[in-house]
Amino acid sequence: MATPHFLVHETDDSVGVVVVEDASKGQTLSGWVMATDGTVELASLNDIPLGHKIALKAIKSGDTIMKYGHDIGKAVADIAVGGHVHIHNMKTKRW
Amino acid sequence: MSTSIQSPQVPKHTVDTVISKPEPRPGALRKDGKPVFSGYRRENCRVGVRNHVVILPLDDLSNASCEAVANNVKGTLALPHPYGRLQFGEDLELHFRTLIGTGANPNVAAVIVIGIEPVWTQRIVDGIAKTGKPVAGFSIEQNGDFKVIEAASRQAKEFLHWATELQREPCSVDELWVSVKCGESDTTSGLASNPTVGNFIDKFDAWGATTCFGETSEITGAEQVCASRGATPEAGAKFLKTWQAYMDEVIEPFKTSDLSDSQPTKGNIEGGLTTIEEKAFGNLEKIGKNTQFVDVLEPAEAPAKGAGLYFMDTSSAAAECVTLQAAAGFVVHLFPTGQGNVIGNPIEPVIKLTANPRTVRTMNEHIDVDVSGILRREMNFDQAGDALIDMCIRTCNGRATAAEALGHKEFVLTKLYRSA
Repeated sequence: MATPHFLVHETDDSVGVVVVEDASKGQTLSGWVMATDGTVELASLNDIPLGHKIALKAIKSGDTIMKYGHDIGKAVADIAVGGHVHIHNMKTKRW
Repeated sequence: MSTSIQSPQVPKHTVDTVISKPEPRPGALRKDGKPVFSGYRRENCRVGVRNHVVILPLDDLSNASCEAVANNVKGTLALPHPYGRLQFGEDLELHFRTLIGTGANPNVAAVIVIGIEPVWTQRIVDGIAKTGKPVAGFSIEQNGDFKVIEAASRQAKEFLHWATELQREPCSVDELWVSVKCGESDTTSGLASNPTVGNFIDKFDAWGATTCFGETSEITGAEQVCASRGATPEAGAKFLKTWQAYMDEVIEPFKTSDLSDSQPTKGNIEGGLTTIEEKAFGNLEKIGKNTQFVDVLEPAEAPAKGAGLYFMDTSSAAAECVTLQAAAGFVVHLFPTGQGNVIGNPIEPVIKLTANPRTVRTMNEHIDVDVSGILRREMNFDQAGDALIDMCIRTCNGRATAAEALGHKEFVLTKLYRSA
């Protein structure tokens, strides 16, 4: 595949990480799933900055968000596929 | 960054912006498959990669004298810090352990200790002298700064003449002590730069090196996964006990919020990290896929169970953590960053790597190893790990790191509680 727009750690992760500086709303993004060396494509619902997360599946408020194949916190708002996942819609379960 | 700074009108010059970059000398020469390097073998047989003559203050009051001595004798290094008075109990023990450990570090050839009074000064001198290296102490009360500065300067000059004639000799990586800690991490750290360090750690562990990670609070969320990486059930249980104590004694009593403004940091959040759990799993990538930790160390405690990976109970603040690791005897540090932490350490060279392409572009003077190619699939982890090994060996051979070139010498003592 060409240079990916986002990377995914594990197959059951609910988010990927944008690794380019110009991922914009409406753009079809290609992702590299590192665990399987597979690829995935989806349309971005937002402008997503470098390093920020994109939802790979529909996430309901209260759902656990998975990355690295592990629980990294919970959604505090509904997030659609391709949506920007950040501190406005997810939160730690710790502290 | 704002670019609206007004400059006075000056004639325009054509500045040649082509920077000449000579080819580096070959890096990781190998013997029996292991990289070899040239280091300083000290009196106690530990191996250093730098050759400092340190002027070490016992306390805040002695900083001025130490800096004066370092100014008089070029090539010596003063390590000013803000503490050392009226500390007591475990906090005082940590103060002594950190200062003695700093002086005892194999990157240090000889030490001048200056303190306000002679008794605690002598305690530092005696602690460092156990290594067999030259060390001398001076105290200020009943003498004054002038007399101490003159006497200490004369002694420092002799130490410098002696140290600068020491020669490097061939050393093997199983004699090398390497510490790791990440900073201003972002999601690219967990994706690429931390796993690059992990690849390095797996290889160095197999070669019999001694390595160390820390950052107790920053493993929150991944503490069970970390505990499972203990080489023995005892090591795993000791880690969990240490982590729980940090939660109970530091975080819980003092927190005024959910820590979302401190851990993750503002820089972490800007870089896409959202929760401590996410940060923790990224952090843990630094210890590789196979390596297990053999023991859990107190802050600044030297490893005592032979080669292998150790966890040290430290703050996650970069300079505090690296200062404690250097005081435990680690001689070269690997520091992956995402958003661009600029830290260095006065005695332990800090090698910086990043996978964030924007940081490579905007802060390249701080970066020793660029692994952003991983994100573009131009480089795999094995290649990135080897590039880091090459830079580590070159650094051990004497190459100045970016942090050394830029004068970053953050020496930050960890304080456990208020003084008496």
